Amino acid sequence: MQVFKGVLLASGETTDITVEGSQVTKVGKTTESGLDCPGLMALPGFVDLHTHLRQPGYEASETVLSGSRSGAAGGYTALFAMANSDPVADTASVVEQVMKLGEEAGLLEVRPIGAVTKGLAGTELSALGLMANSKAKVKVFSDDGHCVHDPLVMQRALTYVKGLGAVIAQHAQEPRLTEGSQMNSGELSTELGLKGWPSVAEESIIARDALLAEQVGARLHICHLTTAGAVDVVRWAKARGIQITAEVTPHHLMLTEDLVRSYDPVYKVNPPLRRTEDTLALREGLIDGTIDIIGTDHAPHSSEKKDCEWEQAAFGMVGLEHAASVAQEVLIESGASDWKRFTEVMSSKPAEIGSLEGHGTIAEGQPANLVLLDPAASRTVTAVTHSLSHNNPFAGRELKGRVVHTVFRGKFSVKDGKVKNA
Amino acid sequence: MKHLTSIRELDTGSAIAILDNADELGAVNSREVKKLPALRGKTVVNLFYENSTRTRISFEIAAKRLSADVINFAAATSSVSKGESLKDTAQTLEALGADAIVIRHPMSGAAQTLATKGWISGSVVNAGDGSHEHPTQALLDALTIRQIKKSGDDLAGIKVLIVGDIQHSRVARSNVLLLSLLGAEVTLAGPETLLPKTFAAMGCKISHSFEEALAEKPDVVMMLRVQRERMQGTFFPSEREYAAKWSLSGERFKMLGNQTIILHPGPMNRGFEISNEAADDPRSAVLTQVRNGLSVRMAVLYKLMAGEG
Repeated sequence: MQVFKGVLLASGETTDITVEGSQVTKVGKTTESGLDCPGLMALPGFVDLHTHLRQPGYEASETVLSGSRSGAAGGYTALFAMANSDPVADTASVVEQVMKLGEEAGLLEVRPIGAVTKGLAGTELSALGLMANSKAKVKVFSDDGHCVHDPLVMQRALTYVKGLGAVIAQHAQEPRLTEGSQMNSGELSTELGLKGWPSVAEESIIARDALLAEQVGARLHICHLTTAGAVDVVRWAKARGIQITAEVTPHHLMLTEDLVRSYDPVYKVNPPLRRTEDTLALREGLIDGTIDIIGTDHAPHSSEKKDCEWEQAAFGMVGLEHAASVAQEVLIESGASDWKRFTEVMSSKPAEIGSLEGHGTIAEGQPANLVLLDPAASRTVTAVTHSLSHNNPFAGRELKGRVVHTVFRGKFSVKDGKVKNA
Repeated sequence: MKHLTSIRELDTGSAIAILDNADELGAVNSREVKKLPALRGKTVVNLFYENSTRTRISFEIAAKRLSADVINFAAATSSVSKGESLKDTAQTLEALGADAIVIRHPMSGAAQTLATKGWISGSVVNAGDGSHEHPTQALLDALTIRQIKKSGDDLAGIKVLIVGDIQHSRVARSNVLLLSLLGAEVTLAGPETLLPKTFAAMGCKISHSFEEALAEKPDVVMMLRVQRERMQGTFFPSEREYAAKWSLSGERFKMLGNQTIILHPGPMNRGFEISNEAADDPRSAVLTQVRNGLSVRMAVLYKLMAGEG
């Protein structure tokens, strides 16, 4: 038995949490002694609907184990692993392999995402049903990194996946409008001579897919929103009653295109960093519920992929170990929202979108998947984390909030800031 | 000052100092013995990832006139084609004794990356990076205008019109920054697809009519080449239509004032963006640009490599 004494819940209540075996058995004051947790928030373990674990295929950048360690350190108890591995997760055997690697690591729940199309090529449907029926029980499908741009393929996929009770997570990027694109399109891309990535390339796909989802009555999730216009389109679609959910990354909430002036590829990401007014619209959308969740789009890359010319460099940033601090900055430190909303965007809503049970709540009789964090602590983000890759655009920044303990199925995956060895 | 990768690194004073120095050093080029000992014992490497005989030769002669040793490294035909990275190539060249690397690269930002990543300790001169900048070209253009217009230190009040494929032009970007830094009024003109309105933020005016822009009586008209090699897809219907609207020829050529300077960074496409009539007119300063390119590059290499002290 483990008792967390004097923890602060998102509701503002101070209480004790009793964990027995893998379950929470009591949320409430108890006379049992246990671990004193003064000043620590107890929240449901975080759930990331958008992680690149890079295994199989790119083990120099990340493995399921190293990504699990990074996730646990960031307070996560579940990660959804994107399908753009090598081989692509477009068959039952690959998703089962990823799930098995996650179980072996044992630090959090690894939920494989299946590719929508074979090889992420955008033309033929992958083994959607077989993946859904496999041991991995895939509930989220995505070609992330690529847009399912063919409207007919997208319409068929939405229809088919609806029958599986699953959801498609779309990477909204019109490919023709973004050929060779390097950064946000605007005055800065003009000056820097880098090919622009117009916001309409994102917004037009979201609008199209919202209408397709409406037509077929399917659920649709939009990965990493980045523009003010995209927030407007999602807001419109929700008002219309379309079953659409949306995600924003930590970096798009805080970082802007001005960083690209350095030509430092650590700031190169797909979709690109946008303008200040976009970050403000994204924050507003996250607070008012237009945007449902924070997904990290944790995209580790080995240093060779970033230690080069901007146009040569890979797209992507790591994110698992500072996402909660960014959420705290945007929702709590700003005074704009509260810990209940924090819990929704970091845990309960991503679990709901991904049809993931046993996460997103702290309740008696439920699995003990929780995180204890010290919101008062300040820390300087370092490039070197538990991830195998160091492409961290927040390195050197001072952020509030520190994960002290992470508990997965009743056991510490992180204790006193130290990740358990698997 | 250690590197020159962007006009943004200059202020008005340092830009004028380079032009003044170029004027002085340019005098060497008319001497019988065209050589100064300033960079004796130093090595300059021309690292060219794009073919450019003109700029490469200009840098080569400039370095030699200052008594530096010069190595030309045509990256397109070397180990780079076997997959060697810019980092390894640059470090190899430095290990071989390069004190400065003059780099031309098809990717925007490559020169700045080479200067700031900590890969090498020597100086970096940007000889053109993608569609970003070509600072020595802008300096030689400024010097040419200053000499012909006898405008004193800077270019205050001089009206410069730059015409053509602005979108893909590093020459246009460097010139907008430098000429406006020196007080000139710069107008860019070209078809909408090759001149997005976002250029205005760099401190210039925008026009989509060559005739209207000429009616403003510019003191300088700079014609740019259409850079097909940087274009993805279609930007205008046909060369014929482009030439009909944007070539310096016929009626438009007749609109130029008696003292208007005609510039072109070369290589010219005669009969396309510029007519023979314009290219060979006495008002054309194209060969003065080439000569000034030499002096400006001498001044830049001297400033970066010999130090100011």
